[in-house]
Amino acid sequence: MIYFDNSATTLAAPQVLQTYQQVSQDFFGNPSSLHNLGDRAAGLLRQSRQQIAELIHAKPDEIYFTSGGTEGDNWVIKGTALAKRQFGKHLITTAVEHPAVKNSMAQLEQLGYQVTYLPVDEKGQIDPADLQAAIRPDTILVSIMAVNNEIGSIQPLAAAAKILRQYPKIHFHVDAVQSIGKGLLSLLRLPRIDFLTFSAHKFHGPRGTGFIYAKRGRQLAPLLTGGGQERNWRSGTENLPAIAGMAKALRLLLTDEQTKVKQQQAVKDKVYHHVAQAPKVTLFSQDNSDFAPHILCFGIAGVRGETIVHAFENHGIYISTTSACSSRSGDISGTLAAMKIADDVATSAIRISLDENNTLAEAQAFNAAFDKIYARFQLINS
Amino acid sequence: MTYTEIMVRYGELSTKGKNRRRFIGRLQGNVTKALRRFSNLEIRAHRDRLHVILNGEDSQAVMHRLQQIFGIQNFSPSVRVERDMTQVRKMAVKMIKAQYQPGQTFKINTRRSDHHFEMDTNEINADLGGVVLDQIPGIKVQVHHPDITLRVEVRLDGIYLSSETIQGAGGLPVGSAGRGMLMLSGGIDSPVSGYLALKRGVDIQMVHFYSPPYTSAKALAKAKALTAKLAVYGGSIQFIEVPFAHIQEEIKNKVPEGYLMTVQRRLMLRLTDEIRQQRHGLAIFNGESLGQVASQTLESMAAINDVTTTPVLRPVVSLDKNEIIKIAQRINTFDLSILPFEDCCTIFAPPKPKTKPNLMRTRHYEDLIDVAGLMKEALAGIKVTEIKPDDQFLTQDQSEINQLL
Repeated sequence: MIYFDNSATTLAAPQVLQTYQQVSQDFFGNPSSLHNLGDRAAGLLRQSRQQIAELIHAKPDEIYFTSGGTEGDNWVIKGTALAKRQFGKHLITTAVEHPAVKNSMAQLEQLGYQVTYLPVDEKGQIDPADLQAAIRPDTILVSIMAVNNEIGSIQPLAAAAKILRQYPKIHFHVDAVQSIGKGLLSLLRLPRIDFLTFSAHKFHGPRGTGFIYAKRGRQLAPLLTGGGQERNWRSGTENLPAIAGMAKALRLLLTDEQTKVKQQQAVKDKVYHHVAQAPKVTLFSQDNSDFAPHILCFGIAGVRGETIVHAFENHGIYISTTSACSSRSGDISGTLAAMKIADDVATSAIRISLDENNTLAEAQAFNAAFDKIYARFQLINS
Repeated sequence: MTYTEIMVRYGELSTKGKNRRRFIGRLQGNVTKALRRFSNLEIRAHRDRLHVILNGEDSQAVMHRLQQIFGIQNFSPSVRVERDMTQVRKMAVKMIKAQYQPGQTFKINTRRSDHHFEMDTNEINADLGGVVLDQIPGIKVQVHHPDITLRVEVRLDGIYLSSETIQGAGGLPVGSAGRGMLMLSGGIDSPVSGYLALKRGVDIQMVHFYSPPYTSAKALAKAKALTAKLAVYGGSIQFIEVPFAHIQEEIKNKVPEGYLMTVQRRLMLRLTDEIRQQRHGLAIFNGESLGQVASQTLESMAAINDVTTTPVLRPVVSLDKNEIIKIAQRINTFDLSILPFEDCCTIFAPPKPKTKPNLMRTRHYEDLIDVAGLMKEALAGIKVTEIKPDDQFLTQDQSEINQLL
């Protein structure tokens, strides 16, 4: 089996599962309990938080555990809208965000907030000048993803941060779900960025857990109120096995990060340069530094992405049509539509997404399978 | 740079006349204790300096520990070379190069304790200065305010070079000022008081009142963990735990509510004083800061202090809470101090304590309980532990957690 669908989800690392199981059994106390079992759990929770904070060069009190990327995005966006509603009701985001951002914004629009969606160019990137032009006195949040989940383009966060330095009151949120472990940490930790969203299962951690980074001093209204966990910001008994597993997964991910990034880039390049030679292929991703090292999106003219996905599946290779979240519904990719790619071209899009375990031999096998599939559909795509 | 020794300069104690030898001896003992885990070190104390010979130990780790020892003004990591000018010249250039930034100035500062060496001080200065000027283009000599000072010391066993001076903790060697008892609660103030007492050379021993079942084992562990934080400065600290629950129950039972706190504090001070006497201490330290809480008004202090003529010293008496917190954060006790465990002072705290207790009434109410009998019982239940800097309390088995994470 060749698994090239790591942006959809990743295989949990064996060490992570071991931690998960051991914590479930040996640290089952509620971290809020006063007794010794609670203490042990609270200690592990504290150290997990500390380890995650150190790994992303933040402080422990800037890390809040969530149920994953969708909650993180929902929380920062709606939490900002609630906390800052007396200052304004205008939010800015891009046209290519993950549905967790896009639909949170849509929900706020129904409640009377106004949202500006920044357009993107043929690389799927926003123009910082558009951001500058969109900012109003009542703007309370700017939310821009770091790496697009469908084509892998990296948004110009440094330029956005520079603009937002003149507007210190606006919350600046970055959806970092696709970008952690991809050699982009210094971009994510730009001083102007106030909030970051992460999801554990995208980096070999357990499902149903994630965290946000929230800069000290920034206010967010809680969406989940209750027992006052996470310093009263996010109630609910902590999912300690998953949190400890995530802390471990993050440590493993960021060990030798540069080597792993190079490896993924090499695999991506190998596939990229192979499929680029086929005349009927349209590449939506590029092989330069505007794009993340692990995502490659392209299409074969005239053949629906879904057909190609199943064709690869017959070769034991797992890929997806653009984003896994929307692929079942058969919708056209939001990112490609925003890039003004014609519908009939966009429906051909497939995405391969890598992790550090993918090899050049797998790229070779992919390329061989690609040649067969390409030849098979020669008749209908001519 | 691989250093061969660290040259330690004494602090204030250089000016202490006849006590000097005692001070140096004490400092040597403290340094030895603090550096115990580096087994290859040799520590030699002389009249004006102390030399820590590294014998291959990690100089950074050793210097980190030295920075926490009171009685040290500053220290310089040094390299020893043979008494051969070719080697000295090579090392001098190497050391200055390691630090040199374009535009900086330097100076060579030579001392000879061996006056039979072939060159005299000025000759060495001029010789090395010339070599450095030749080999590092752009560097200039500046004898009054140089950016880099290379110290060269000619001794019988070799020539020592150093170019860096690192500030020490100052103060006086712990123990050189005698022994005192610190009343350690577990709050923010008393550890800071302890730190300040240590800084002036007091060998402090912790007196901690605990009241099971009203206070938990965690509260006791917290006090011990705080002690471990302070043990860094003196090598180790005696921790004396005094059972206090029965006394508190008796007081609660017999003394009017407004005076509960005052009488409790008097008993604590009486007990501490008794322990001080048994252990040959000269003073009592506590974390009282004027006007913070009911027990810390001048009236309260007077009513409590009434039980003894022993000096009761209050190093943080005139500091604001914020100033105390700042020190607590610097000495790493703050995060422990704010852990929310019930301690003996909070559990029997009356809702409305007298802020201006009347001394006569206080004495009268204290007479309602059997002071002598209760004290005897408490003193019989004392437990003493020696706490070292690396002792772990309140923490779990770290190896298990490390393996999980």
